[in-house]
Amino acid sequence: MNHVSILETHGITKRFGGFTANSDISVSFPRGKLTAIIGPNGAGKSTFFNMVSGSFAPSGGEIIFDGENVTGLAQHRFAHLGIAKSFQVTNLFPSLTVLENVRVAVQAIESGFNLWTPRATRTDWTEKAEALLKRVGLSGKRRLRTDRLSHGEQRSLEMAVALASDPKLLLLDEPTAGMSPEETRSMMDLILELVQERTVALVEHKMKLVMGVSDQIIVLHQGMLLAQGSPDDIRGNDEVKRVYLGKGAH
Amino acid sequence: MSTIATDEHAPTLKFESVERHRVLATILALAVFPLLMPFHALATNILLFGLFAAGYNLTFGYTGKLSFGHAAFYGTGAYACGILISQYGVHWSLAIAAGVTLGGLTAFVMGLLAIRTRGIYFAMVTLALAQCVYFIGFHATSLTGGDNGLRGVNVPAISIGPISIDLLQPFTRYYFMLTFVAFAVWLLSRILNSPFGAVLEAIRENEQRARASGFNIERAKLLSFVLSGLFCGLAGALTAINLSTVGIDIISYHTSGQVMMVTLLGGMGTFFGPFVGAGTFLAMEHVVTAFTERWQLIVGLMFMGLVLFFPKGIWGTILEWVKK
Repeated sequence: MNHVSILETHGITKRFGGFTANSDISVSFPRGKLTAIIGPNGAGKSTFFNMVSGSFAPSGGEIIFDGENVTGLAQHRFAHLGIAKSFQVTNLFPSLTVLENVRVAVQAIESGFNLWTPRATRTDWTEKAEALLKRVGLSGKRRLRTDRLSHGEQRSLEMAVALASDPKLLLLDEPTAGMSPEETRSMMDLILELVQERTVALVEHKMKLVMGVSDQIIVLHQGMLLAQGSPDDIRGNDEVKRVYLGKGAH
Repeated sequence: MSTIATDEHAPTLKFESVERHRVLATILALAVFPLLMPFHALATNILLFGLFAAGYNLTFGYTGKLSFGHAAFYGTGAYACGILISQYGVHWSLAIAAGVTLGGLTAFVMGLLAIRTRGIYFAMVTLALAQCVYFIGFHATSLTGGDNGLRGVNVPAISIGPISIDLLQPFTRYYFMLTFVAFAVWLLSRILNSPFGAVLEAIRENEQRARASGFNIERAKLLSFVLSGLFCGLAGALTAINLSTVGIDIISYHTSGQVMMVTLLGGMGTFFGPFVGAGTFLAMEHVVTAFTERWQLIVGLMFMGLVLFFPKGIWGTILEWVKK
């Protein structure tokens, strides 16, 4: 069960009524590597992201994760299989504390519905959550309500929540959106650190940011796959230059 | 670092100790309550409606789902208990158990149909389904008495071993009911403190995130709805014994609306709020009806004022003050 690619899509398509947001996209995500999905606005990046992370079922095609066909599985099953996602728009439990946000995400993977044991007795969940908070640099804020955090801190917390399931594949939707340059740098450092231990894929429209660090780039354009390859391949690709770089990268 | 850690722990420990004792505090408050109330019959009504609201609060306050159909669980609980006692002479304890079961079963069936809808659609579907239950109750006159109501739910006294308790005495009746309510309150707190309680909070806070984290949201919501139905069924069954009658109005949408108002009034998502809400609402009704038949107008105005100025409800606002 050790495939070279951790996730493959075979001709996945997504239609919303008469509109085709993604058409016949076949790509693969090499295990243990950082893949960036780029493309101009409206290229279909979010739709693609939502399909591989389980939020939308494809209208056609197949998604193979770790050798298993996961097409059309319920969203919550993806987390249990080992696919975690962060959202483009910060998406947390606002009135819970920072620690509780991560703790409940740890619980989601480790426990079925338990109506009896007091949750305070599960110190193992708390410890795991605290370790994740330390990793993203939020230990000092763990007792704060989440909606009191700055935007950058909330993005970091989102990473901790996504990591709570110890995923094999971590999918990040514009993880540095709205971050200051320093926050962006430390987020990219964290992402590069995470690639040492798992596969990471991220959607990004800041092309410069990902060109230097990614192992593989997937370029989408008008809902279709334009190119897939190493950053050097992509830089040298005339079509990519024409539709994307030619207009000036962001 | 160590000083920071202790600073952080101080307020947490204080809060946790309050949390730990909320069951005891609630039961004590309810035990003292009739001593301060001149009307013991009213006190019992408040106690049982408070339990109904506490059960409703599990769906509304803790899971964050606005239901307009909880009268169905309260009503079926009351009718199941009432019919078994008045028409079949079943022992009161079994009749109560049947009421609880039917409340939960009704919630299960309604939940299966309603749980995938959200927001106002959930409210509408639960309302529509509860109306179906209402019409069944209305037309099944041989069982429910229909519009005339069900009479003769008489449990004048109960004997447990050598002890006999006179239930016609309002004061003893209150404490008989309180034993059930105390057990329910303990159970409710246990559920809210469990990991499942955390799932409900997560759903209320952000359903999308909870789903992405790996929770089966539909199943959790259904389970929470059924648990809520069990508590409301118990409240209904006890109400049938308390009043000796069951009127069809118990399943009407007025009742569903009233429990929502009571919960909001007390403070949605607070542990003790539903009892505060029930006390305030029913006492107000009792007092205002002595002066005018248009008491609902007064109640409506007060309710509007509350929603505008104290959206956290009476108990929720008090808690906020205390924590400051």
